[in-house]
Amino acid sequence: MLQALQQKIDPTAGLPDVKAASEARPLLTVDKVTLRYKTPNLLITATEDVSFSVERSDRFVLLGPSGCGKSTLLKAVGGYMTPVSGSIHINGRPVKKPGADRMMVFQEFDQLLPWKTVLENVMFPLIVARKLPRGEAEARAKEYIDKVKLTRAIDSYPHTLSGGMKQRVAIARGMAMQPEILLMDEPFAALDALTRRQMQDELLQLWEDTRFTVIFVTHSIAEAIKISNRILLLSPHPGRVKAEVIDVDLARQDDGSAAALERDIHNLLFSESGHRE
Amino acid sequence: MTSPQIILAADVTTNRQHTNVAEVEQRLGSLELILGISAVRKTVLIIVLAIIWQVYASYLDNPLLFPTLSDTLTTLYDRFVDGTLPSRIWTTLQVLITGYVAGTVLAAILTILAINTRIGTDFLETMTAMFNPLPAISLLPLALIWFGLGASSLVFVLIHSVLWAVALNTHAGFLGVSRTLRMVGGNYGLTGLSYVMRILVPAAFPSILTGLKIGWAFAWRTLIAAELVFGVSSGQGGLGWFIFENRNLLDIPAVFAGLLTVIIIGLIVENLVFQTIERHTIQKWGMKE
Repeated sequence: MLQALQQKIDPTAGLPDVKAASEARPLLTVDKVTLRYKTPNLLITATEDVSFSVERSDRFVLLGPSGCGKSTLLKAVGGYMTPVSGSIHINGRPVKKPGADRMMVFQEFDQLLPWKTVLENVMFPLIVARKLPRGEAEARAKEYIDKVKLTRAIDSYPHTLSGGMKQRVAIARGMAMQPEILLMDEPFAALDALTRRQMQDELLQLWEDTRFTVIFVTHSIAEAIKISNRILLLSPHPGRVKAEVIDVDLARQDDGSAAALERDIHNLLFSESGHRE
Repeated sequence: MTSPQIILAADVTTNRQHTNVAEVEQRLGSLELILGISAVRKTVLIIVLAIIWQVYASYLDNPLLFPTLSDTLTTLYDRFVDGTLPSRIWTTLQVLITGYVAGTVLAAILTILAINTRIGTDFLETMTAMFNPLPAISLLPLALIWFGLGASSLVFVLIHSVLWAVALNTHAGFLGVSRTLRMVGGNYGLTGLSYVMRILVPAAFPSILTGLKIGWAFAWRTLIAAELVFGVSSGQGGLGWFIFENRNLLDIPAVFAGLLTVIIIGLIVENLVFQTIERHTIQKWGMKE
């Protein structure tokens, strides 16, 4: 079981073609990052010595059980937390504060501004952060709203939309900004199972269209396998890197290889033997 | 063992057109629609109360204690036509709006400081804890000594009555803005004042509006009370003075007319001004059902 994974972890196992075209330097490097946060009476170490790098057009998934610090790690990449030690660089620049080059998509449905319509929600960051003129912002917003198939709801206020539609708007808003990297923090976790599957398919479709770079946090192994091309497995308390799975997109549903990989990852995450590097 | 099967519903297999789509959305009856408007229901309620007033006062037949509605309305009309009431209303509203706007602006400054700095938070919390329970009217004697008989004393008291209510609610509203929305604001690179104006203020608008309403009610009551206490300055009194003056003249219908004016202005502001704002903001945004 572990051998199968080790094999996949082997970095010489054939890089995707898109990667060869891009520059040698990875888009995002996370180097030995330790994150701590305070609760009223505890200082909690969320992650310890976590390193990974994300290449352009990666669909990179952070996967692990709750308490492995995956969301905290994503927040640090987003610039909402400063590492206690280690560094995070995007395009060679250190990450110091939140910025529009790393657009976040959150799990919560209230991430849309309720006082703005769908169109205004997508346009707003284009105007305030990208400084686009109104007309241009509107054109681009409409293009991306169309991509997530919400053109008929373009003038609706968020409270009239279903959960899945709200998440689609949030994705359109993130993508319209054409960020260096899209950070998705369990964006489908609060959706019902049917909508969730549909949204996963749509996300992959969007990726086929524009080949954006995304870091996706989830605690569902099946979702991770479906969405990603690379998975970083984290162990809990504190979050440490347990393994990295590459070329996940070669796993297929029909020949059972996806199911086999899911089983392997499950066993790895929940084995008590403690395979720590 | 057989494999699973999918049996389609009859009208899917026959490709039947849906002809009964109209029945999915039916319009409500007109009576139901009219009764659905709260303004209509409230108007009916007011008319019923007015009839009870008229009937009871006629039965009592004592204009010195309890004039009838028709007497009150006649006086109201007369005093309007002869220009007394409009000028009194104008005097009152001028002071009121000055105090209200000044109080709101001060509240805005205090809350913006409070949300951006810790010392600001401490200051605001201490001041509201101290002054919010203190009735503004109790500062009037002091204000009269400091600012003399005149509008500035009233404005001082009004600011005091508006400031803490608005600041308290706005600050609570800012603190209640969800972490996700605040992170979204940070994600857009918004900081400082633009962050407050573009994210916090609209997100906290339900609380801000509540604060503005409470501030308005406090200011209105405080002003009428203050005018009753210290009455007139420079020959031009407001509505409170109008009530006080006519009580001294034992012109009770005019007292009622004055009270009615106070009520009507309160109703207009509550139902027209604030509800219009509410309808175009928090109701449209789904922040209030």
